[in-house]
Amino acid sequence: MNLLVLLKMVPDVVEELDIASGGAGLDMDVARMALSESDDHALEQALLLKERMGGTVAVLAVDAAEVDDALFTALAKGADRALKVDAGGVSQAGTRALADLLARVIADGHNLLPVDLILTGTQAIDDLDGLVAPLVAHQLGLPYLGIVTEVTPEPAGKVASVVKEYSGGVRGRFEVDLPAVLGIQSAERPPRYVPVAKVRAAMKTQRIETVEAPTLADGGMALAEVKSMSKPEEAGRAEMIEGTPESASARLCGILADRGLV
Amino acid sequence: MGVSTICPTPAPPAMTLENLFEFPEGRRILTCLQCGMCAGTCPYGDVMDFPPRRIIAMLRAGMLEKVFESESLLACVACYACMAKCPRDIRLTEVLLPLMKEQALLHMPELPGELQKALQNTLRYGNPLGESARKRAAWVKTAGVPVRIFQEDPAPADILWFVECYTSYYPRGQDCSRATARLFHALGVDFAILGNEEKCAGECGRLTWEPGLFETLMDYNMAVFQKYRFRRLVTSCPHAYNAFKNRYTSAGFGYELDHATPFLGRHLDRLRPLLSRRLEAKVTYHDPCCLGRQNEFYDAPRNLLKAIPGVKLVEMTHNRVNSICCGGGGGGMWLDTYFKSRGMERLSERRVKEAAATGADVLAVSCPYEISRFEDALKVLGFDKQLRVRDVTELLAESMEG
Repeated sequence: MNLLVLLKMVPDVVEELDIASGGAGLDMDVARMALSESDDHALEQALLLKERMGGTVAVLAVDAAEVDDALFTALAKGADRALKVDAGGVSQAGTRALADLLARVIADGHNLLPVDLILTGTQAIDDLDGLVAPLVAHQLGLPYLGIVTEVTPEPAGKVASVVKEYSGGVRGRFEVDLPAVLGIQSAERPPRYVPVAKVRAAMKTQRIETVEAPTLADGGMALAEVKSMSKPEEAGRAEMIEGTPESASARLCGILADRGLV
Repeated sequence: MGVSTICPTPAPPAMTLENLFEFPEGRRILTCLQCGMCAGTCPYGDVMDFPPRRIIAMLRAGMLEKVFESESLLACVACYACMAKCPRDIRLTEVLLPLMKEQALLHMPELPGELQKALQNTLRYGNPLGESARKRAAWVKTAGVPVRIFQEDPAPADILWFVECYTSYYPRGQDCSRATARLFHALGVDFAILGNEEKCAGECGRLTWEPGLFETLMDYNMAVFQKYRFRRLVTSCPHAYNAFKNRYTSAGFGYELDHATPFLGRHLDRLRPLLSRRLEAKVTYHDPCCLGRQNEFYDAPRNLLKAIPGVKLVEMTHNRVNSICCGGGGGGMWLDTYFKSRGMERLSERRVKEAAATGADVLAVSCPYEISRFEDALKVLGFDKQLRVRDVTELLAESMEG
């Protein structure tokens, strides 16, 4: 079974985020980049499927700060190939351009086809669009399912049974023809730990294939652009209760009683 | 692009389980008497399927797979008790158990979540708490005395103070750092810190499961040390002290080295006149494994405590070489949920029961792990009204006031 995982680097929210001087985006000079959490789950699911059914896992990402660490980590975990698209900032250009770029790289040779399953995180925190997977699927003419929490390909590899989550804990089971594109919400188990020594070994013995960016439709122009971005406003409605535990808890009880909450 | 956290330099030839017997420390295992002192003194020896004595026997019989498939090694809190008691001087905690754990990590289908997160955080942010590396020196603003950061003022300093993680981020650990800064200042110590350039020394990485993580941190910290000029390194963390003393030397670490408590102990003559405020407290001191058993600093912390006016020092049943581990070493810091899920008593709770039995008002410590561990344990057992946890430096600084 040939599996392809699309990985994306997103701003690390452990670090403080700042608005760039133009006011229409994050200050990427101070942001640190980390692998999107749901993409990490997509990779875990792909590795589990490989272990279960045999085959190969390739990972594909657009160049970004610290992406090499993420790709070598994927190789150390058991991925067979890692490809990095040198796209000169196209990842900033919006979901549509990113999906166009990934779909073209997949279709343009690089030995990524034939593929049985393309997995990626269902949504990334940098845009919350959740559109990369469906747009890639559309461009490649493949079926798509998102918010997926379980994937079981039939042994023959023609169809897969897929569980998708809905609101309120409702789950739907689907049968999807392969190849297909899936947006992974969470893998069957948490992403595995890989010893750093293995990552260091991967850095020495394996390589990342660099792929030139293909020419995109509309030159990768975004159809919608951010006009302004702002941090949450401080409303100043919070009251900090000072004092000893006894006086603070008395004051807290008073507030709750005044509001009719207790 | 592609700024890398993980440094791909080749590691020096290291001891592995395969080449174990080519090293003198490894060959020593062949002299094991199977006396069982190690298993008997191990704080979790009773719950391990394979306590240290059996691990040695199985290693010699070539039956290690079983050990790796068990969860025994997760219960090793790297407390050095087995090593301290071994009549044959087998380097269990230093050599054998880390090699075993390294293999166990590769065999384990899933690491306990908290431990995995701590290891990943330490690699990415340089601290197991998962806090921003850029906020490591944020506590300095509240120190109350000037704390020089090398990056801002790279002039040579007599002492590099290696603050470490919990002492930089954990609020009660920061109390200990503020106290240390004030003591250094009062003694006129010429010191600087690395600030946001500092990363965890990595001792728990090495002793836990993760030699690759340890080497990455060691390479990083050694490169930062070389940017600045200082004569002596003083650290607040016994785990870091241990790493610098025993492991960083392989990467060329040649600075004079101290832990903050014995360092202050050596300056006791100058410190004593500054300790003007009486504390009126009955204090019992917990010997941290890495400072006590492993490096035999038993007297310095006690002498410091006795120098504080009004302090009466009492001993717990298990003290000095027999001290009971707080359970935080060797990764135990991030295995509490796991231990609880296996029905194991938390060692921090075992320890504070002894502390409470002395009738002391203060449980004095000198390792940053212990503050959170013992404060939690005191709350769990309901001793938090009668017993406070204070770092030795906090008590000294308190006595310096007024």
